[in-house]
Amino acid sequence: MSLSRKEKAIVKTFMGKAMKKADEVGNEALSRLLTVYPQTKTYFAHWKDLSPGSPAVRKHGLTVLNGVFDAVDKIDNLEVALLSLSELHAFMLRVDPANFKLLCHNVLVTFAMLFPDDFTAEVHVAVDKYLALVCLALSEKYR
Amino acid sequence: MVEWTDAEREAIQAIWAKVQHDKVGPEALGRAMIVYPWTQRYFKTLGTFTNAASIFGNEKVAKQAVIILHGIDRGVQNLDNLKATYADLSVLHSDTLHVDPDNFRLFGDCITIVLAAQMGPTFFTAERQAAWQKFVSVVISAMSKQYH
Repeated sequence: MSLSRKEKAIVKTFMGKAMKKADEVGNEALSRLLTVYPQTKTYFAHWKDLSPGSPAVRKHGLTVLNGVFDAVDKIDNLEVALLSLSELHAFMLRVDPANFKLLCHNVLVTFAMLFPDDFTAEVHVAVDKYLALVCLALSEKYR
Repeated sequence: MVEWTDAEREAIQAIWAKVQHDKVGPEALGRAMIVYPWTQRYFKTLGTFTNAASIFGNEKVAKQAVIILHGIDRGVQNLDNLKATYADLSVLHSDTLHVDPDNFRLFGDCITIVLAAQMGPTFFTAERQAAWQKFVSVVISAMSKQYH
């Protein structure tokens, strides 16, 4: 599975717009991940407040989404671009890669919610593919 | 048996009460066929699908989508008896339609995304989304139950 030239352009255009609301997207996506899939809270047991919209959730949501937005510029070589992040997740954070998909789902839900007119079916499939490729690159160093 | 909290029951009813079948159905089914193109294999009799416009413009697809949404009505009205409610439909999808049940999950995700887009973050809160997705996963389980 790979992105066509047209799909890469679609991703760049949409993400360029979405990143202007990066903190809102990050907060919604991470809050929803923790609420809809409570097992993901196990990775954040060291936070005092895991409730939707809490300061820790907002801050971390933005960190994660900034990673997703930054990778758009390196869309032609995600494995190389995300190498150190992959090592971080594989060796330090040890996040089960199955969870990446769950976050991607909530990112899509958030995009649809905050940009209903822009998130057409064509944008949906291109962004879904992009996120899947990011997840794949992030899983690269696991084993 | 699935246990539903009062808040979950309320959320599911509140969400479904806002759904317009002819607005949500075709959008969700169209998206599934575009985002997961292999799902088109189940709708070959409804037309040829060359691009997004040919899918969203197809009246037979829209009609089928509304039928599917009415199938979900049954679940919303029978939260305490989903396995029995969907037994016949499960047999149909397994033995007659030969649908890979993994596709139920893909379609469910598309409905969730369409609901989020149409209802917005103030109504479609994280808690309501959680209740809705729990409902979807139980319906999918019931729809998959009779496969053999």
